[in-house]
Amino acid sequence: MQDSEFILEMNHISKSFPGVKALDDVTFKVRRGVVHALMGENGAGKSTLMKCAFGLYHPNEGEIRFDGQPIRLVDTRDALNYGIAMIHQELQPIRTRSTMENVWVGRIPYRKMMGIHWVDDQKLYSDTKKLLDELEININPRTKAGSLSASHCQLLEIARAVSYDAKVIIMDEPTSSLTEVEAELLFKIIKKLTDKGVAIIYISHKIDEILKIAQDVTIMRDGKIVGTWPAEELNTDVIVKRMVGREMSNRFPPKKHIPGEVCLEIKNFSSANEHSFQDVNLLLHKSEILGIGGLVGAQRTELVESIFGLRPIKSGKLILNGKETCIRKPKDAISNNIALVTEDRRLSGIISKFSVMENIILANQTANPKTYMKGLFLDDKKRKADAEKYVEALSIKTPSIRTLIQYLSGGNQQKTVISRWMLTDPEILILDEPTRGIDVGAKYEIYCLMEQMAMEGKAIIMISSEMPELLGMSDRIAVMCEGRLSGVLDSKTATDEKVMFLASSYEYAMEE
Amino acid sequence: MENSKKYSLRFVLENYALYIIMALMIIIIGMMSPKFFSLRVLRDILMQSSTRIIVAMGCMFILVSGSADLSGGRTVGLAAVVAGSLAQKADYYIKFWPSLPEMPVIVPLIAAILIGLLVGLANGFSVAKLKVPSFLATLGWMMVAYGANCLYSNKPPNNSQPLGGFLKSFTDLGTASFLSVPYIIYIAIGVCIVVHLLLTKTCLGREIFAAGSNSEAARVSGINVFKIQMITFAIAGVCYGLAGCLEAARTGSATSTYGNGYEMDAIASCIVGGCSLTGGVGNVFGVFFGVLIFNVINYGLTFIGLSSYWQYVVKGLIIIFAVSIDMRKYRRND
Repeated sequence: MQDSEFILEMNHISKSFPGVKALDDVTFKVRRGVVHALMGENGAGKSTLMKCAFGLYHPNEGEIRFDGQPIRLVDTRDALNYGIAMIHQELQPIRTRSTMENVWVGRIPYRKMMGIHWVDDQKLYSDTKKLLDELEININPRTKAGSLSASHCQLLEIARAVSYDAKVIIMDEPTSSLTEVEAELLFKIIKKLTDKGVAIIYISHKIDEILKIAQDVTIMRDGKIVGTWPAEELNTDVIVKRMVGREMSNRFPPKKHIPGEVCLEIKNFSSANEHSFQDVNLLLHKSEILGIGGLVGAQRTELVESIFGLRPIKSGKLILNGKETCIRKPKDAISNNIALVTEDRRLSGIISKFSVMENIILANQTANPKTYMKGLFLDDKKRKADAEKYVEALSIKTPSIRTLIQYLSGGNQQKTVISRWMLTDPEILILDEPTRGIDVGAKYEIYCLMEQMAMEGKAIIMISSEMPELLGMSDRIAVMCEGRLSGVLDSKTATDEKVMFLASSYEYAMEE
Repeated sequence: MENSKKYSLRFVLENYALYIIMALMIIIIGMMSPKFFSLRVLRDILMQSSTRIIVAMGCMFILVSGSADLSGGRTVGLAAVVAGSLAQKADYYIKFWPSLPEMPVIVPLIAAILIGLLVGLANGFSVAKLKVPSFLATLGWMMVAYGANCLYSNKPPNNSQPLGGFLKSFTDLGTASFLSVPYIIYIAIGVCIVVHLLLTKTCLGREIFAAGSNSEAARVSGINVFKIQMITFAIAGVCYGLAGCLEAARTGSATSTYGNGYEMDAIASCIVGGCSLTGGVGNVFGVFFGVLIFNVINYGLTFIGLSSYWQYVVKGLIIIFAVSIDMRKYRRND
């Protein structure tokens, strides 16, 4: 049976999304019975590649071979039938149903009686029990999935994957929500599976983990494969270098602004959510761009949203221009001249059913309604004038200021949201992933805008998961890891490696 | 989006289909019975529509703000009974409050509006503060309002009989005319104008649209979404209260069954008039038209001698048709 050395081969896979080439001629081969780690920065294309392997995405080019045979995956059902299973980054069991129903959902065993398919509860139970026992997973099959812990949910997913008799199991950041003890349990089960000949594709940012359990390591960058190596030939430094090793070109405007005095200080900031950020101390200067780096899940968004009053804090002080200030809701932040461009443009940025004009003036109109009033009613002239000013200043490409914002491109939507906040004339502008999902040209325009605002004396906090952006735009880079501030780097001396190192470790390494 | 497409047949059909259907219906009914084209018929239809229009205006606020409101009809009923009980002649044989003197018309009017406001605030608080989904919160308060109404009507000496014997000053609200147009039509059109100005020309109006369209983005932009929800439900309640009072005045009677089903008619009119159930979309003209189309059907079918039961069949089909056209429109925009 063992015709081919590889159980899964993905040859010359390319996949494009509007405006982005997510995968570019990727060839990726997985041997039988090994743990094959897939690594890379956020946005390197790991998840996209795996979604192609699981039938969630369809590659534009390339072929997938399973056990030597070319296969075509129309949907995830096909993948599961071949024996390819995927455990998702965000696990979503059906919370109201039992563990056993979750394992067999869509394939519940039944008995046929009077032409009706009746659920065979006994077989359902015994099959699940047998499966869980084999994997030494200690869950009662009748327990409701909603009452399982995060790690048990993970194990439930694995059991489901095994129940499909999977030959390849893809695990996307399986330990991100697990404690160390729980992770150990997972590794034991992984070992058991590989002993049986199952191949595991393991996506993780945690280098120690990978060096410990993986036999093969493939590193991706910018939608391409950097290479595949046996794990024993690698160490942390080499992996980090290969993950980030790209050239810096002239993608950023020259830095002309000079940081001034402190304008914002946060002291011992802790979130009301105990799983979120804890005990964060940060300084922000006028005319400064402070980058915040870290991996997904480092709680960076939660931190800035708390500064802006969108999320409650348990303890900590916020000192604004030397005065302790209490910010409980966004309105407080706005009246203290703080602005926030949120991470998810669709979810909390644009109002898609509003025109460009209404989107631009929204925040300022709420904060200073009188500016736009003439007597009892809104003054359309003033609203139009303000909107037109910013459409021109930021060269927002739109047929008219009355066009609905949903018809604009991502970059122009983002510029509209930024201009919404520029209009409130903030002293502190927080940008959460300001260039996510927009094209290179628009990115450069947004960088120029940030530079210009810094020149005007405004302080900017920029969360970014893109390393070049973080290094190229920031004056200082605060790096977070799992809710803690793990260090602040001066961008003159910061390197990709240093940021990556801080992003994957708790330890403090203050270098300032 | 492109201008060349703008006036294609498809565009016209998608955007004006309902107007076309209404025009066709009027023409057909008119051909079968030419008396349909008279000012009297127009006046009757408008009069019958007037309270419905006010209820639909209130309902529109709720839909635009992204919620649903089922309490409208029963609030109308409660307000009608309360207003009626305060507007009876001193010598009426089963006077609700036997010792109450004859009151100026402003008293029942204000009482009805306050009742509506109260239900509105209860709805708003349940949705905005207690986070009960609006469908359920308003369902609950709808039942409470109906129960309260039955209890109130059942009070001796009334014992659940229809209220009647209203003062002329009160019934004039609903029946008297100025320049041969009933007051009630002026009031309904006045409400429409106020609502239109409020929604399109004031900051509050724009904030309601923003919160209804994307409450998270609205919150980030400093809009107090709690306040917006309270205000929209309060305004809707006031509309229902006013409508209830006028309904009692127009019909010269009030019972606890008044207003039954008005909320569904109002929602249907709003949807047919272009409101979105997901919030953030709606305009006064569309909703006004939505109410009219249903009342034209009501009146027209009876006018040509068809059983009034047919109106339900036709109304139902129109709702399905209107929404399916809307879905087509939005699907292509995605």
